[in-house]
Amino acid sequence: MELFLNRISDGLSNGATYALIAMALVMIFKATTLINFAQGEFAMFGGFIALVLATEQGIPMWGAVFGSMVITAVCAAGIERTLIRPFDPSDHLPLVIITLGLFLGINALAGIIWRFDPRAFPELFPSGNALTYGTATLSWYTVGTLVTIAVVSGGLTLLLNKTKIGLAFRAVSSNLESSELVGIKVGPTLQFGWAIAAAVGTLGVCVFVASPFRQLEPNVMVTGLIFAVSAAALGGLDSLGGAIVGGLAIGLVQSIAVPYLGVPSELSLLAAVAVLMLVLLFKPSGLFGTPQVERV
Amino acid sequence: MSDTSTTTDLVLDVKGLEGGYGQIQVLHGLDFHVADGEIVVILGANGAGKTTTLRAVSGMIPRTGSVKLRGEDISNAKAPDLVRKGVAHVPQGRGTLPELSVEDNLRVGAYIRDDNEVDADIDKWFGVYPVLGERKNQRAGSLSGGEQQMLAVSRALMSRPSLLLLDEPSLGLAPIIVAELFERFAEINKETGTTMLVVEQNAQLALGIGDRGYVLESGEIFTEGPADDLINDDAIRKAYLGV
Repeated sequence: MELFLNRISDGLSNGATYALIAMALVMIFKATTLINFAQGEFAMFGGFIALVLATEQGIPMWGAVFGSMVITAVCAAGIERTLIRPFDPSDHLPLVIITLGLFLGINALAGIIWRFDPRAFPELFPSGNALTYGTATLSWYTVGTLVTIAVVSGGLTLLLNKTKIGLAFRAVSSNLESSELVGIKVGPTLQFGWAIAAAVGTLGVCVFVASPFRQLEPNVMVTGLIFAVSAAALGGLDSLGGAIVGGLAIGLVQSIAVPYLGVPSELSLLAAVAVLMLVLLFKPSGLFGTPQVERV
Repeated sequence: MSDTSTTTDLVLDVKGLEGGYGQIQVLHGLDFHVADGEIVVILGANGAGKTTTLRAVSGMIPRTGSVKLRGEDISNAKAPDLVRKGVAHVPQGRGTLPELSVEDNLRVGAYIRDDNEVDADIDKWFGVYPVLGERKNQRAGSLSGGEQQMLAVSRALMSRPSLLLLDEPSLGLAPIIVAELFERFAEINKETGTTMLVVEQNAQLALGIGDRGYVLESGEIFTEGPADDLINDDAIRKAYLGV
């Protein structure tokens, strides 16, 4: 029983990271129906920038994370302007290839700058346990990851529903032509989505590697992205709330179902892919997504 | 219209308009104009180029020729810029934002505005179309066809345009709803002085509220004149009014 509770706690903290990256994917998918395969690498790069700001510039850890979120947002906005916007948004294949290219390029760039050996990342949350029940524990780290997704989803909801740029973003997500006809400039609005997504992803990686059991290295998000894509697809690719539920669910599948079903932990990635496949087969719009309607 | 009218009276002055889609040219040099406060109707059969004309005017497709808005050349302006110059376009097939609530549709209609009267204007349209007010939190996509058209028109007028382009507002709507809609257009035109360019297949109704009309055939203007003349013209009656 206590082992089970510990696995739930682990699953939730892993799931929270998948949820954050999944929310970043959803932001871009909502507006463009495109999955940015480089999202995890943007985030990994952001993690390194935060580490550099903290260890080399001496900025307090949360300040470094915030600074890195701003820097990656600006970089993502630049990438959107130079590598994404010149292409026809309705033709997905070239765009997918560009995001795959970015995936490889950013990964290699991080390797060149910071090498591939793992580095310790300062903790963002207090160490120790918030609750103890026998040998079962709920660490402050798990609590912190859950609070983080609550804050991010609250912030994104406010941003999308209470601000003018949020309204424009939702309009562009709904219908491009009608958005242009009310005077919205589609390019800069999508750029805003890329920037926000990159910032959220960076926060996701920082929280992920802030675990005392993890370290930061350039490949840290390679498998993480697959979990995040599965999480986003499970929740419904255009639903932020769905990304959270999907992320936590994938995290729990990984930490509970996999050991109890006797799946070797090396194959836990496969479990995520299996979930993804089942979703696409039986409920393509995911748990909370909008069923696909013909966009005119 | 007398020849003494100058360009300042003309809200829209179009000369030699050509446009189309890819390799296919649809418009073969149209000349037409819309004077301040007028309701001008463009009639024509399917495929005559009515929708293309409106899309060319509002910068949604590549076009050549001269398009002037109150004397200012807008031949190269794109759709988002034209809204800022006071042109609102209600595209064919409603043109609402289906995933947004009714209220957000109106709010986004005022996207270009910075004043404090947006909320008051939203309430005004809920007054004009109470059914929209009752459903303000509902997704626009869940409204009926007639309600969506009311929303699309209100959304366009939220930008406080001086020129409203309406693309077949009657399409797919029950006759009684269409009649109400057109009555409302006439009222809005009288009350606010909003100039309107309406593309329609329903000639009877459109000419009923219109001042002048153009008849389009295969991308060219076949005939033009005051609405009353067109409505009584035998050839037009046979071809477009079905009587």
